[in-house]
Amino acid sequence: MKTFLGHGKLTLVLHRIRSGSGRPLLLLHGLGERSPRSPEAEVADWPGPIYALDFTGHGESSLPVGGGYSPELLLADADTALAHLGVATLLGYGIGAYTALMLCGSRPKAARGAILCDGPGLAGGGAEPGPPAPPVSPPSRGGPPDPFALLELATDIRPPDFAERFVGMALRGSGLERPVSICAAERPAWLAGVLATAGASEASLPEALATYRECP
Amino acid sequence: MSESTPTASQDAAVSYPGVRLADRTRRVDSNGLSLAVYEWGEESAPPLLLAHGGFDFARTFDVFAPLLADGGWRVVSWDQRGHGDSEHAALYSWQADVRDALAVLDATSREPVAAVGHSKGGGLLLGLVHALPERFTHYVAIEGLSAEPTGKGASLHSQARFTEAMVSDWLDHRRRVAGSKRRSDSLDGLARRRARMNPRLPHAWLRYLVSVGARHDADGWRWRIDPELRFGGVGPYRPAWTLRWLPEFPRPLLGILGSVIEGMSMGATPESLAPHLPDGARLETFEDAGHFIHIERPRCVADLVLGFLS
Repeated sequence: MKTFLGHGKLTLVLHRIRSGSGRPLLLLHGLGERSPRSPEAEVADWPGPIYALDFTGHGESSLPVGGGYSPELLLADADTALAHLGVATLLGYGIGAYTALMLCGSRPKAARGAILCDGPGLAGGGAEPGPPAPPVSPPSRGGPPDPFALLELATDIRPPDFAERFVGMALRGSGLERPVSICAAERPAWLAGVLATAGASEASLPEALATYRECP
Repeated sequence: MSESTPTASQDAAVSYPGVRLADRTRRVDSNGLSLAVYEWGEESAPPLLLAHGGFDFARTFDVFAPLLADGGWRVVSWDQRGHGDSEHAALYSWQADVRDALAVLDATSREPVAAVGHSKGGGLLLGLVHALPERFTHYVAIEGLSAEPTGKGASLHSQARFTEAMVSDWLDHRRRVAGSKRRSDSLDGLARRRARMNPRLPHAWLRYLVSVGARHDADGWRWRIDPELRFGGVGPYRPAWTLRWLPEFPRPLLGILGSVIEGMSMGATPESLAPHLPDGARLETFEDAGHFIHIERPRCVADLVLGFLS
């Protein structure tokens, strides 16, 4: 089932890909990807409903004109879905993992745990920018995925201390001992920083899902 | 332009000493987004790209730009996306603004041009000139160089210092912004509200600004800027990123500062900038002037710029 959610001038599509009883699991896809049509086997034991959001410029969500993407936009996309669901546990892949981290720190009462997994767009553009580079437009328009999204969300800067702040915010606001679980094998600087903080730990996906399934 | 856009006769009803409307206007397409472009001066004169600050628009140069044009320049300014008469975008970002600036430049000249930027426009052009030095001859930043900002500018320009409250406030704004409108007011009321951000500017100037930057709806005047735009955000940008590369800036640079730090100031002082300036760069400070020096002292700033460019 699809739900159409307004976000500014955009319309986002939130897919319920499986029914269930209990807290929803919200899937956030990687850069250039789209929501799965059905849940992967690895999340099949989650007791609650499973939702998946198409980010702006991806899947069935709006395709804006002229670019202007940032991870903060994706954060607001995901927050729009969270507002609709009320509470949810977040499972993000690639840039969806970075988004899940920011959202669990920003809405610690509603986001009951964030699970960060490998996927496209996990690294971003590094911890610090280089010298100013000529602005580039994608060679073609179209999509989804929006070529501007692929261009802009692969190069955004992610300082480790910036990412770490969201873990601190999640710790202070959620009451969870480990609000962030890292299942990703890739270790960009921001994620290494997150792992070094209290409030984040490595886990397998089944372990992380089990942890948040039980938490209040 | 929409039917509710004030007409020339309405503009004329609210005037200001020294105001001169653009000699030409045109539209530029930036990857599908339509930008409003304004030109003062002879079309055959050498181009000078002029960028406005955040929450401003090109017509805030209605006094300053003609002074530069009279100095022998074809002054080209544009309303940034979501501002003035340019199209409201679905998305906004620094990177997109820089790309829009390049679209205006590409549509203006392939020869090297001079560039002048105020506030946020100063930051945009600083990066563009640095990235594409062969497209520029000189650069002037009017209150457009970042340091460690203070006041309201801190949330906009040093977003790494965000708090939980700032993030949730910004997300709350995103949740409710769909279909929202800017608050309407009388022309004088809107001018008084603008004065909170620009306390040093005369009321008569702010009234003029409303007459050209707001539209008159049935229930009053409201700024044309996209209601989605607001001060503050949650991104990781920090001024040190700009300062790091400033010593290697590849073109003659003039920085102009006002000595009075205001709410929209970028926080730079001569002392904070001096260690980062490239060899040969000039820094001029106007005493008893604020963030909008080119509006407070248009003749003095124009003369300084014209002298530097000559």
